[in-house]
Amino acid sequence: MSRTEIRVTGYGGQGVVLCAYIIGRANAVNAGNHSTMIQSFGPEARGSACSATLALSDEEILYPYIRRPDIFVAMSAEGYDKHRDELKPKGTLVYEKDLVPARLKKGQRSFGIPSTRIAEGLGRSLVQNIVMLGFFAAVSGLIPRDEVRKAVEDSVPTGTEELNLKAFDAGWSYFEEHYGAGAEGDAVAAATVVSPVA
Amino acid sequence: MKADPAGVLTGVHYLDGDFACGEGAMAAGCRFVAGYPITPSTEVVERISRRFPMMGGTFIQMEDELASMAAVVGAAWTGTKSMTVTSGPGFSLMMENIGLGAMMETPCVVVNVQRGGPSTGLPTMAGQADMMQARWGSHGDYEPIALSPRSPQEAFDFTIDAFNLAEQYRVPVFVMMDECVGHMTEKVVIPPAEEIEIVPRKLTEKPPGEYLPYQNNGNKVPEFARAGDGYRFHTTGLTHDERGYPEMSEECQEKNVSRLLEKIRGSADKITRFVENETDGADVVVLSYGITARVARMGIDLARKKGVKVGEIRLEVVWPFPEKRIRELSKKVKAFVVPEINYGQMVLEVERCAAGRAGAILVPHAGGGVHDPESISSAILGAVK
Amino acid sequence: MSTTTQSLHTNVDASEHPIAPFLRMDRMPHIWCPTCGIGTIVKCFASALEQTKVDLDKTSIVSGIGCTGRVAGYMKLDAFHTTHGRAIPFATGLKLGRPELLVTVFSGDGDLSGIGGNHLIHAARRNIDILCILVNNFIYGMTGGQNAPTTPVSARSSTMPYGNFEHPFNLVHLAASCGAPYVARWTCLHIRRLTKTFAEALTRKGFRFIEVIAPCSTLYARLNKLGSGLDLMRFYHDNAEIKHGADTREAEIGFQDRILCGKFVDIEKPTFTELMHEHYTKTLGDRFVPMKPEGGWIHE
Ligand SMILES: Cc1ncc(C[n+]2csc(CCOP(=O)(O)OP(=O)(O)O)c2C)c(N)n1
Ligand code: SF4
Ligand SMILES: [Mg+2]
Repeated sequence: MSRTEIRVTGYGGQGVVLCAYIIGRANAVNAGNHSTMIQSFGPEARGSACSATLALSDEEILYPYIRRPDIFVAMSAEGYDKHRDELKPKGTLVYEKDLVPARLKKGQRSFGIPSTRIAEGLGRSLVQNIVMLGFFAAVSGLIPRDEVRKAVEDSVPTGTEELNLKAFDAGWSYFEEHYGAGAEGDAVAAATVVSPVA
Repeated sequence: MKADPAGVLTGVHYLDGDFACGEGAMAAGCRFVAGYPITPSTEVVERISRRFPMMGGTFIQMEDELASMAAVVGAAWTGTKSMTVTSGPGFSLMMENIGLGAMMETPCVVVNVQRGGPSTGLPTMAGQADMMQARWGSHGDYEPIALSPRSPQEAFDFTIDAFNLAEQYRVPVFVMMDECVGHMTEKVVIPPAEEIEIVPRKLTEKPPGEYLPYQNNGNKVPEFARAGDGYRFHTTGLTHDERGYPEMSEECQEKNVSRLLEKIRGSADKITRFVENETDGADVVVLSYGITARVARMGIDLARKKGVKVGEIRLEVVWPFPEKRIRELSKKVKAFVVPEINYGQMVLEVERCAAGRAGAILVPHAGGGVHDPESISSAILGAVK
Repeated sequence: MSTTTQSLHTNVDASEHPIAPFLRMDRMPHIWCPTCGIGTIVKCFASALEQTKVDLDKTSIVSGIGCTGRVAGYMKLDAFHTTHGRAIPFATGLKLGRPELLVTVFSGDGDLSGIGGNHLIHAARRNIDILCILVNNFIYGMTGGQNAPTTPVSARSSTMPYGNFEHPFNLVHLAASCGAPYVARWTCLHIRRLTKTFAEALTRKGFRFIEVIAPCSTLYARLNKLGSGLDLMRFYHDNAEIKHGADTREAEIGFQDRILCGKFVDIEKPTFTELMHEHYTKTLGDRFVPMKPEGGWIHE
């Protein structure tokens, strides 16, 4: 795995940091690679937008911050707006379909999931972040599924493992059902193509 | 001796530097922590306050950092390993009783998760601008020991080292972390307790009548008696004789201060610790510490790709400074390049040791983030032009 | 009073003086001025230690800085002469680091209520298990008679040369309102009562606060033309009013005014450590491991 940079955003209470934490843990602790996770602190973390970044690699990570993410996981409109221009030209957007009015760009792959609705369907909207995590894991294919599932088990509060694994699997399945293996992502309709900002 | 298993969370974890530091303290046998909340250090005591009740430890949130440091020095005199944790503004308040700790020769640990300064500065963003404060912050002459971790793993390892050094030399030892390492989550391997080497508090074996609290024992580190064991000793922040009695004289001051300094200076070779790479035949040596050591490596790699012979020195123990090695190297290299998240602190030490034989080039950063590796490589390239 | 302080002045045979075993006779003569009140209070404390037969090996004394701050240095106990104002937090660390210790703080009014005032109110609030003896001489003695937070209105100090215009603390009221479970005040003329109070307080628990009014003969008395230390003792004799259980609000001290004395508060109240144990036992059950009485120290 060459260095991969990821940003996860959402609003406070969505479990943005836990989502990023599990990705990092799965890659470093379970898959034997390296990952550095940094959650945003400071005034920006006090408001409604919340964000965490990850650098994943099979080599030691020297630079801890990210510059431009390869993958951008957006769970809220505000977080999306704040960071969407950072995504690399050939980057991948993973977003909460019902909450994020994504403006898809040419060259970038985009994958949407109604993760909140799916979580509600499982009886707990709280596990939205884990649905999103399962979806992310399937989209990115960066870390073997079992390693991420194990990281979910080890990171969520005791007693909630089963529910969270269900949420994870629901997110994963959504990808398989709607995009299939090797998917190119959402079609970029002409109307939504955003030209580079002048 | 080996660590008390009660404090050791053996396993492979994914932890931030603050949590890892807290785990290091508990693994080292720390059982008393006094602190006052301050970003970005608070997670250390949050971790500890959660786990302490299960291992016979006591955490108290004091009314301020003056009190926290005083309580830590007090608790250390009971033999219980003690620590406090803070950031710049609190570090400033602690200086008073850090001096008391140095004067009374009290083994204890102070963690400073550095943020940008001066004053309230950048509470949530990185800095390395308290390095000279760690060296000189309290008034009077004393020699501190300080370590600087560059990752959560090192935050764990170096906190254990800090406790061990505090026991060996009877001084307050600093863990000079920074916000970036403190708030960065990475893999941390915590070994089984029987693989963690701990220096226990060594108590005097002399009976109360014969014991002198500040007697020079050859290695300059006096023997320790803890409160409550019948020694009825006296200790003071005033200049004191071997009995720990105040004595206001030039002779006593000379004896006292020179021993305080010599117990560290005389053992500097044993205490200093750094990683050295490819300095043989190097034209430039990059010296760095803490989080900056990581980006410095990137800068070195960039410069090497352009054909420059670059060596690397990464300090693990920052105080005492490895004067001897820098002096030797200064006879062989053109220049030292010193990136740090401040406007020139450790570079002054490099300059002092290089004494004009080699250049000492600062790559400053005012705080709030880490260097661009390119700023470091271009300083390296500039040094060989 | 001179007899008691005088006895500390000279190198006497320990066997002759019942309190000599409690003092570091090898440090005599002490630094206090003749007719200073501090020595008398030390004597009362030593007598109380003798009477109560507390385990001296497990008794620590902590002072800050000041004339009174030198007390720790003369007591033959584990003794800590710390920094200005920090005796209480230092003592807090000692007590929490080795819970079986009996810890006494002995320091001045400036030390404990000026620079250390924040620690005083918080230790009282938390009910840290230490005995706190505050010697109030209405002035900063050690540094030459500057104004203290206790200096009465209109009294002169070297930094209030035209008389003090600040409101002073009513220290017993301060301690009581912060929650101290044991609060008393005497002057150093009340040798018998003070000793009795010390003895009683030594066997109580929690934050026990005892204020002792004492003459600073050299500075306070001189700056205010009050005569000698002896004259001040005479003044205490005529103006001390003993009223146990009095409302501490009435205990304000004006310049050369009546001094309300007595035991004002004596209640049962769980200490910081007791509350912590009780709470963790309730919330953590069997998982709670309290620190051992001999401390959380780890040894071979
Ligand atoms: C940090 C600090 N500030 C100032 C001083 C100087 N100083 C020493 S003792 C003292 C006042 C002590 O007054 P008090 O506690 O009332 O004691 P007394 O001498 O009256 O018994 C001061 C200001 C100091 N030692 N440390
Ligand atoms: S200056 Fe005042 S308080 Fe100090 S020893 Fe002399 S009389 Fe006592
Ligand atoms: Mg005074």
